[in-house]
This record gives sequence, structure tokens and C-alpha cells, in this order.
Amino acid sequence: MTPFTTVEGQAIRLIENNIDTDQLIPARFMSRPRKNGYGDLLFYDLRRDAGGTFRPDFPINQHSGKEPFLIVGENFGCGSSREAAVYVLQDAGFRAIIATSFADIFRNNALKNGLLPVELSKTDYEALCAAHDAYPERSMQIKLHEQCVTLGTDSWAFTIAETSRQMLLTGMDEISYTLTHIDKITDFEIRYGAATPWGHGSGLGASDSVG
Amino acid sequence: MTPRTIIEKIWSRHRILSDGDRDLLFVDRHYVHEGSHHAFDKIAQMGRALRRPDATFGVADHYVPVHQKSPGKGANADILRMIEQLAQNASSHGFLAFGPKDKRQGIVHVTMPELGLTLPGMIVVCGDSHTATHGALGAFAFGIGASEVAHVLATQTLWQAPPAMMKLVVEGKLGRHITAKDLALHIICMIGTGGATGHTIEYAGSAISALDIEERMTLCNMTIEMGARSGIIAPDDKTLRWLEGRPYAPDRPDWDAALAGWRALASDPGAHFHREVVIDGSEVAPMVTWGTSPQDVMPVTDCVPATAEACEARAYMGLMDGQRIEGLSIDQAFIGSCTNGRLSDLAAAAAVLAGREVRVPLLISPGSQKVRAQAEETGIADILRSAGAIFADSGCSLCVGMNGDRVPSGARCASSTNRNFRGRQGPGSRTHLMSPAMVAAAAVKGVIVDVRNLDTATVEVVK
Repeated sequence: MTPFTTVEGQAIRLIENNIDTDQLIPARFMSRPRKNGYGDLLFYDLRRDAGGTFRPDFPINQHSGKEPFLIVGENFGCGSSREAAVYVLQDAGFRAIIATSFADIFRNNALKNGLLPVELSKTDYEALCAAHDAYPERSMQIKLHEQCVTLGTDSWAFTIAETSRQMLLTGMDEISYTLTHIDKITDFEIRYGAATPWGHGSGLGASDSVG
Repeated sequence: MTPRTIIEKIWSRHRILSDGDRDLLFVDRHYVHEGSHHAFDKIAQMGRALRRPDATFGVADHYVPVHQKSPGKGANADILRMIEQLAQNASSHGFLAFGPKDKRQGIVHVTMPELGLTLPGMIVVCGDSHTATHGALGAFAFGIGASEVAHVLATQTLWQAPPAMMKLVVEGKLGRHITAKDLALHIICMIGTGGATGHTIEYAGSAISALDIEERMTLCNMTIEMGARSGIIAPDDKTLRWLEGRPYAPDRPDWDAALAGWRALASDPGAHFHREVVIDGSEVAPMVTWGTSPQDVMPVTDCVPATAEACEARAYMGLMDGQRIEGLSIDQAFIGSCTNGRLSDLAAAAAVLAGREVRVPLLISPGSQKVRAQAEETGIADILRSAGAIFADSGCSLCVGMNGDRVPSGARCASSTNRNFRGRQGPGSRTHLMSPAMVAAAAVKGVIVDVRNLDTATVEVVK
């Protein structure tokens, strides 16, 4: 994944709370392979009216693809586990999402893909929104080394779990990292398999004659 | 020894190593479906193999067409390609997958427990948020995204930080026609869809003990709609009776050895929970959602909120502020899904439908082919069909609208499913979540009604 260190640029703001994954990307589009790109599917139904025309009042329709930040409300990304909800944001050009809270699975999916979920306290969030709304054109900076969002002379702190932060900073491939512990995994599997022989491999009760 | 919660016990049995703020956990069961294609693509690109084909089980559910009389209905080439892709991945990686024609096919969270694959004390993951369902059997089960699915495929492990624990105690007795679905919606009404974010919920109390296993699955399933990735209920005698003899459950003498471990899983007295919520089960009414989030929910006897913040959801749903939800016309109805597609759900619907006729189209998609067969054997299917319902094949169908089944734009659907998000059942669709009995009642009246006011038949199900 692309490392995240410092990113600078403008933000788009959506005021709604509880934006769910079905809004981020309706389920009917998820058969598309990732390599074909997901950016055009972001908020596919919300950004259009019933006749299929782009709604000029929907903030994402003002997104040129160049603004790297999206400011949203609380409980962002609730609903399904679809990682496509992260792909649509990334492929549309977003690098970080700023919210007061994220749904658990969405947050994990974002971290694993290098999309930074920035969670601010309610007070800091309101201050940032006020500063953004006053000068929406102004550039912000998000620095992962310092774990802060900067807008003009203001700065607000956030935290990311340390191992996740290191992964984001380096763009590390987690599977390769985990497999450096392969001996410990194998040892565990042998011990655990011996203690619960019914649970795995040849010890599994059923055969192909089931049903 | 420090008292531990059930999750702490399962956690310590699966911990391989620690790495700062997180632990590497071994995964017992990894369930995959057609939607897991992103993860298979990822490991293919990296040239990684599937580490444990014996711990990986696949099933076609999300994209499966369910109309057996016209199998091609709604299914386009894209949908068929998704089903084929799962079969190809299963064959090239050497794991067992149940395709649309397999008798073991069904919705992943219905068929895998039914087969005895999910067992107490296991860690169970799947690229689907409703994996929480399996917690009903005392497993630590949660949904993951494609990157984590790829990680499990390649390593059979996951990095996790210990969740905060919430104890949700339900005492008292649920009233007549009040189901686990109503209880789940009642809890969501109280705590909101973000109310349990960052937590795992352990359900306990007399009303939870009184639930049968299928009801427990309904409750654990809806845990994700409270914001928690995982819900769990300690295994008890009911759990063990339900599991014994299932195809993949251990046989004796393994069964006896397994039992000793399972009985020791329950949270110790005095174990630490970060939060505790107590609910009086006798206060739960039949619940119906009015808006576009599971937290937009109320007892069927209530009126649509007149608050300003409800304005957008009201407009989308075509409702007036202060309008009564009872008496609201519906266009169609659906019973099925990993939440409410089990035999007891169909029986509850049949009890309402017996001797009546539906006024609006009612589609019923059983949770698995086994549920379908049992409904045929017990006569439940005949009752459903006699009432004019379409008794279809098993799949996710109208819960998620990926298999070609859709609710048309502007149409109103009474649904036994789990999410009423905008467009969930198709662009512009309007979903009202409720229990299967409430859906059946709405289908026969053509309007949302309180099922408690209807005479219902007795439909016996051997559990």
C-alpha cells in the first residue's frame, strides 16, 4: 500500500452522521474487480437524483478528485464489512477521512489499505469544521508522524494504534510481516491441533456424504 | 486466578504471539462466499497459497438466484460469473465449497452452524459483517474486510487488539409474539447503531437463557447493527443438545473431551466488563423500523417521530411526521436472510399465514436448502404456499439485492432482514424491518399491523 506520512490539500465536508456502507457503494456494484477502479461508484445513488442526473447540492459532486480529505460525522462506515467502501474513497482520490467516530470494521479496512481514519474529539472536530467552513478553500495538513491535523495556525491531535501507524508510515505488507513469524504459527498449530483433534484436518467429523 | 470473560478465555487459547498493542490469533474457521473474490485476487497477486484448506469453507449465497421455477430470473452473466469464481477458487485452492446445487448450500450464517462447523470456543471469521451470528454457539465470531480475509487465507491468523467488553443482561420474560428480532431492535432503539462500537457484547440473563438457539442466532446476528463486531452467548445445555450429532460436530469420544472445554468457557463470576446494560425483556413490544437506519425503530403502536433530524429519513421513506406506523400500506414483503431465515422463523410466519391469503407479494427464501427441505417435510412449506407466498430457494436474495432480486424504487417492503439502509433492497426501495411473524401479518393485511391482534395457528417445529 502507499505509505502515509504527510498529506496536504483541501477537504470536502459531508455533515451527515451514520453514513453506511450501502451509501458509500451500493452492493450491486461489488462484483467489479479492483483493478478496474472503484472511484466512479462512490456514493453512486446519493449523488444522483431519481432521473440519474448528478445533484449539484451533493458535496461529493464538487469533488474534483484533487481534494485528499473528507470530513464526515459520527459512526462513519457503519453496516457491512465490504472493503469496497474503502476502495471507492481511495480510488476517488481521498487519503484520509476525518470523523468523530468510525464503525469498527470500516476503520480496520481503511487502516489495512492506507486510507487514514482520523478520529477527533467532539470539541476538536467542531473547531476544525468551523475553521473549514469559514475558509473551505484553505489547505489542511495531516501529519502521521506527529498525529495531528493542521489548518492555518490551528492544530488538533489524533491517535492511531502504534502498530497500525508504523504500517501506514512504511506502507508495509502485513501478510509478509506475519509470515516472518511462520515458525511460531506452525508450532501453535501443532500444539493446538493435538489438543482439539476434532476441529481440524482429518479429525473433522463429516465426510462428503453429508446431506 | 483473575476472573475472565468468555472472550478472554477464547482469546488466550488462540493467542500465538504479541506485537505491541495487538495479538496474533489463530482462526479455527474461515468461511468464504462469492463476495470474497477481492481477497482471492489479493493472494493470487502476491503469489501466496491458501494455508489451511481444511479450515476454509465456502458457500454461494450473496449472488445466488433463488427463483427455482425460473432460475435465470434476475441473474445476469455477471452474477453467474461470481458463483463460478467461488467454485474455481475452491477447486484451485482445494477447499470445500457448497455451490447452488449442493444440499449443504444456504446462507453462510445459517448453513455453517447447521452443519456443526461452528463450535463453542472457536474463533470464526468471514468477510461478512453478520458473522456475529455464530456467537450464539459460544464462538468468538466477527466480520472482516477483504484485506483481513486475504490475511487469514495466507496465514490462518489475524492481528487483533482486545475489544472492550459489554455485558447486556436481559431479565424477565418476552411477551407473546415477541421474538429475538424485536429484542434486538429494542436494544438498538436504546443504544443506537453506534452504541456498542469498539465492544464485544456478551448477552446474559434469564431472557437470554430462555431463547432457543435459532433465536440466539438472530440476536447475535443483529449485534453488528449495534456497532459491535461480535456478540456471544455462553454455551449451555441447549447449545450442546443443538450441536450433538451435527455432521461436523465431534463424535464420541471426542465429543466428551470437547464438552469439558466448552463447559469451562462461561465468563467467571466477577469478570471485568467495561460496560453493563440491563434490560427488562417484558417491556419489549413488536418493533418496526420507520427510517433508513436500524436505530430508526419503534414499537408498532408508536408514531413516526416529528423531530427535525428525522426529516430526511421521513422524506426518503415517504412518511409524515407523527404518522402512525400501524395501518401503513406495503407493496411487498420478504422473509429470509441470515437474521430470520431459519425453520422457526418460517414456522412463526406459517402460524400467521395458516388459513389466510396474502394481499401483497410475499417472497420467502429459506436460510438454507436444509431449512427448505425441513419446511417441506413438516408441512410448513404447504401452509406458506397455500397462503399465496412464493417459497423460493435459499440465498441472501432481497436482504442485500445482489442476486437480481430488487424492491422497485418507491415501493415499500415489510422485511425480516437486518438493514433498512437507503437503497439496500434496490435503488429507491423503502424497507421496514420487523420479525417474520410481523412480516407475515403485514402481508396478509396489506398494511403494517400488530401481530398480537391476530389469531394465530399453532405450528409445531421439532427443535
